[in-house]
Amino acid sequence: MSALGRFWRRARRSRSILYCGGMLTGLVVVALLGPVLSPHNYLQTDFDNILRAPSLVGGHVFGRDDLGRDLFVRSMLGIQVTMLVAIVASTVSLIIGVVYGAIAGLAGGRVDAVMMRFVDTLYALPFIFFVILLMVAFERNFILIFVAIGAVNWLDMARIVRGQTLSLREREFVQAAALGGVSFAGIILRHIAPNLIGVVTVYLTLTIPQAILVESFLSFLGLGIQEPQTSLGTLVDAGVNHMENAAWMLLIPAALLALILLCFNFLGDALRDVFDVRQAR
Amino acid sequence: MSLLAVERLNIRYGDRAVVSDLSFAVEAGESVGLVGESGSGKTQTALAVLGLLPGSAATSGSIRIGGADILGASEKVLNEIRARRIAMVFQDPMQALNPYLRVGQALSRVVSAHTTANDAEARQRVLDMLRRVGLADAERQYRAYPHQLSGGMRQRVMIASALLVEPELLIADEPTTALDVTVQAQILELLEDVRDDTALLLITHDLGIVAGRCERMLVLEHGRLVEQGRTTSVFSGAKHAHTQALIAAAPRPDRGVLLAPVAADKVLEIRNAEVSYFERGHGRLRAVQALSLALQAGETVAVVGESGSGKSSLVRAALGLVPLQAGQVIYCGEPLAAALQQRSTRLRRDLQLVFQDPVGSLNPQMQVRSIVAEPLRVHAPELSRAERSRRVVAILDKVGLDESYLKRHPHQLSGGEAQRVAIARALILQPRVLFCDEAVASLDGSVRKQILELLRRVQQETGLAILFITHDLAVVRAISHRVLVMYLGRLVELSGSEALFTRARHPYTQALLQAVPVPDPIAAGGHASLSGETPSILSPPGGCAFHPRCAHARNICTTTRPSLREIDGVTVACHRADELLQPH
Repeated sequence: MSALGRFWRRARRSRSILYCGGMLTGLVVVALLGPVLSPHNYLQTDFDNILRAPSLVGGHVFGRDDLGRDLFVRSMLGIQVTMLVAIVASTVSLIIGVVYGAIAGLAGGRVDAVMMRFVDTLYALPFIFFVILLMVAFERNFILIFVAIGAVNWLDMARIVRGQTLSLREREFVQAAALGGVSFAGIILRHIAPNLIGVVTVYLTLTIPQAILVESFLSFLGLGIQEPQTSLGTLVDAGVNHMENAAWMLLIPAALLALILLCFNFLGDALRDVFDVRQAR
Repeated sequence: MSLLAVERLNIRYGDRAVVSDLSFAVEAGESVGLVGESGSGKTQTALAVLGLLPGSAATSGSIRIGGADILGASEKVLNEIRARRIAMVFQDPMQALNPYLRVGQALSRVVSAHTTANDAEARQRVLDMLRRVGLADAERQYRAYPHQLSGGMRQRVMIASALLVEPELLIADEPTTALDVTVQAQILELLEDVRDDTALLLITHDLGIVAGRCERMLVLEHGRLVEQGRTTSVFSGAKHAHTQALIAAAPRPDRGVLLAPVAADKVLEIRNAEVSYFERGHGRLRAVQALSLALQAGETVAVVGESGSGKSSLVRAALGLVPLQAGQVIYCGEPLAAALQQRSTRLRRDLQLVFQDPVGSLNPQMQVRSIVAEPLRVHAPELSRAERSRRVVAILDKVGLDESYLKRHPHQLSGGEAQRVAIARALILQPRVLFCDEAVASLDGSVRKQILELLRRVQQETGLAILFITHDLAVVRAISHRVLVMYLGRLVELSGSEALFTRARHPYTQALLQAVPVPDPIAAGGHASLSGETPSILSPPGGCAFHPRCAHARNICTTTRPSLREIDGVTVACHRADELLQPH
């Protein structure tokens, strides 16, 4: 695909993509290797050394929490879980949203109307109520977080893709392709999809931070990840309880969370430029 | 002292100069035309005079209005000048009017901003002004929102709003480009009538408008003034090559051209076509009714009509893009399926379309090479890569683009280049019928002329039949053998091009011809012989649909729809066609 090659060439020239992409990759690598290389593990409690400030002595660089567990290992675990939630939930919403939206947009008419009313109905469900219902029905469960977040995020994606497809379908170059004899599949692959990539990618980088925030929010409410498993949201929640006497417990996971969110946001801005052909000179 | 004196004006954006070393003057009460192609800096000049340039523009030189300097003025002084001395009429009145304000509210604000008039006085002045600009039902227009008015009425409101300021200088930037030709003539006449002693700076790309209206004219090219003088002397003896080229490129509705002869075989026939859409809340909208037309090989038929006449629907139905409710499209003796998908690939390749908006009809993500090659991939998949690219280069060469264009994207092309690419894409399959839907409407005069020449040349070489849709009668004579005039979805006149321009039969055709601006101050043209605007196609008048605007209407015209008659080889739908023939 020449279009993809072009995007890739332009992406490599962008500084934001280099820095933010590099930062995110670095964080993931450290988060994966850190717990393996560290002498501590995320379960090991030490009630003689609770709420110890960060220090190089003993290798507790991020300090210890209220149960004496090593905060570095727990933060890295938090990054893992948070990134996993972000990526899985966004991928789920990407696949469902794009397929659903594109079908509605291309089909148009009555099919489109029915499909979009279904989306409207789901929108009308109160989100927290929906999550609590899920918890009651299936007990608290790691998978459930993905389901809950994905179930909400794909709605936006479907609406955006549908709107774009509808307007692309009416564009003259699509009619020109039809007159030139290009098949329905060819029109989707060569004319509609390449013009959707930009919007979808940009929206995806907005969905990822949203998924992270929702997970943090659920965990903060106690509906998300369960102890002793952790995520950045759970860690922030724990940190809030001790912010007066152990500020690092709040500041470290909060800073990591903010860093990840910022990187994704900048990445989204930069990608929008990459996918806009008009930027290329 | 001149009313407006521009001296050595330079406008730059970064390192791009849009206006260079421009000096001119406008005297009190005079009308001056500022002419140039797109990108020549005419609008930038107007914005500079109004002090409306964006902050990113770097300027030097001076602009003085009655002695007051514009370029150095503070926002407060500028507001004072704009409130008392200059007013502007924009190209698109829908953009220039606040959609949330009733016309009366908007105009009353203008009055109260400029005078100390109380509400009742302001209202009275607005009503008087609305009547003055030809809105007879002023009380009703006063309460209307902009979207409830037609395009022509909106432009009248804009002119009223400008004149309420009682300006010394009125700047009109392409005031009629968005309007139909009969309405254009009305608006231009109105501007001339109501301005009294207000000076007029009329900005346009259309030499015909300047020829009929302005005492003096200025010609801009790439931000430089290349010629100025009295309109009559510029047209009779232009000194600068660019002015000469502009005048030569302007299509002459009053002069015929020699076209290649037409072959005898009929390629396309449209029989009794009806196209209608279902509009929610309005019922059936009949865009095209009972329309028949035959097209020979090597022939160009122009379909002419104002907006809402159904000309685009006709083309789309013939191509199978919208369904035909009744009637048939017959290609080389073979009836075509109504929907594009049901037509065989061979039939599809023989009928091609060129769109109005060249950039919109090219996929922004694709390179010129793949855009032009795409129909080949579909219709001739057996071709080798090398052969395909050889053909792409050959067809691009034919439309006047060299190999350096192969790797460009649509946004890197000018309007004329993009339209050449679109034509190349349509021609690469060697179709037998080419539909052009307003294909030159968005192009500058010189580019338009090249594209028309290109189409003529291709037609001569290949015997292509062309159905050329346009609202612009001026280009019709330069390209078509025959002309079909449509009004509210029906054929009103179908005749040979020469016959139409010399002996139009239908009163509507006659009015259209009189309304076309002619780029020649002596031949003039551009007369508003029609009042009012085209009625809505949702509720066309009974009898002859044209009767409410027709000066020759009789009782029978209001009750009975005229059937198509043939007189001297001209097909016309008018009860009085045989009496009304007036040579002009």
